[in-house]
Amino acid sequence: MIEPLWEVFVRSRRGLSHTHVGSLHAPDATMALRNARDVYTRRQEGVSIWVVRAADITASSPDEKDEFFDPAGDKVYRHPTFYQVPEGVEHL
Amino acid sequence: MDFQATIDADGRIEPRDAMPDGYRKTLIRQIAQHAHSEIIGMQPEGNWISRAPSLRRKAILMAKVQDEAGHGLYLYAAAETLGVDRADLLDLLHSGRQKYSSIFNYPTLTWADIGAIGWLVDGAAIVNQVPLCRCSYGPYARAMVRVCKEESFHQRQGFEILYTLCNGTPEQKAMAQDALDRWWWPSLMMFGPPDTASTHSEQSMAWGIKRHSNDELRQRFVDMTVPQADVLGLRVPDDGLVYEDGHYRFTEPDYTELYDVVKGNGPCNQQRLAHRVKAHEDGAWVREAAAAYAAKKEARAA
Repeated sequence: MIEPLWEVFVRSRRGLSHTHVGSLHAPDATMALRNARDVYTRRQEGVSIWVVRAADITASSPDEKDEFFDPAGDKVYRHPTFYQVPEGVEHL
Repeated sequence: MDFQATIDADGRIEPRDAMPDGYRKTLIRQIAQHAHSEIIGMQPEGNWISRAPSLRRKAILMAKVQDEAGHGLYLYAAAETLGVDRADLLDLLHSGRQKYSSIFNYPTLTWADIGAIGWLVDGAAIVNQVPLCRCSYGPYARAMVRVCKEESFHQRQGFEILYTLCNGTPEQKAMAQDALDRWWWPSLMMFGPPDTASTHSEQSMAWGIKRHSNDELRQRFVDMTVPQADVLGLRVPDDGLVYEDGHYRFTEPDYTELYDVVKGNGPCNQQRLAHRVKAHEDGAWVREAAAAYAAKKEARAA
């Protein structure tokens, strides 16, 4: 019997997003949450925890990362530094 | 970017990146051994929870032992990102095919040993682990950042135990000295064999897994620890210890003892492993019950 693997995300304080902190094994979501509290927040590192079954995550492939992220590569005009600002113009 | 280019640029390798087989194998072995050490390391200290001299000390010791369990779990999780299963790693530990740090094969005879473990053993672990926070394998490095943050409490609580004993009765101070006498040499051995005899070091350095040699780290530990012994008023049991050019020159430990303990002939090897296997087997019904409950709930929801 192998317990499923869960990925753990913790919101360290209000105003911040949940961040991936690691993973653990647990038979179900309730136990995964309790285990995550004991393993990853023993020193008040969090105010909220998400657990997600690792098997339910779809990830982009590292082998195809060049092609996958290519479309953004030649669109420098998406950055404000692309544009020339005449001298003396402020608050732009 | 390919593997070598990433390493050369001091970048981080992440779980699904292509990596040489040897790199993967070395990391699995090292991270698993590290995880096993945390888990087995709970035993020498757990031995004193029921006999801690005050409620304060007992609460602290329980928190510390719980941290060691946590460290083991961070590390098993990091190892699993390399494509192994934790259950298989536990099998390898239980059947003696994977090792754990030899330091945990020594007994904790007195309360002062709990102080010595925190001060010396966790102190040596910190010296070993801080550079691992910059290890080239991302999940291992991130686990080590968490571990190192927590270890400094461990080291301070150990020092505090000894400081209290050293300022107590002559018997208490003698107990502290006895603990230092017994733990000093095994602590030096925690950095592994000398550089001239270290089998995995060179490749691990080239891969950015290891950042400093065993002897460099051992020297760093001695330089850090000797002045702390002076504060305690304890004598480091090394007649060859002299301060010279900014470093303490020290006598090398007897490495034949290290090899012997690694081979299984330390004072507690059999006891540690037998206890670990029994704890795992005794917990089987809990894991089975939790799995049965999860299956029942899932069936009802369907």
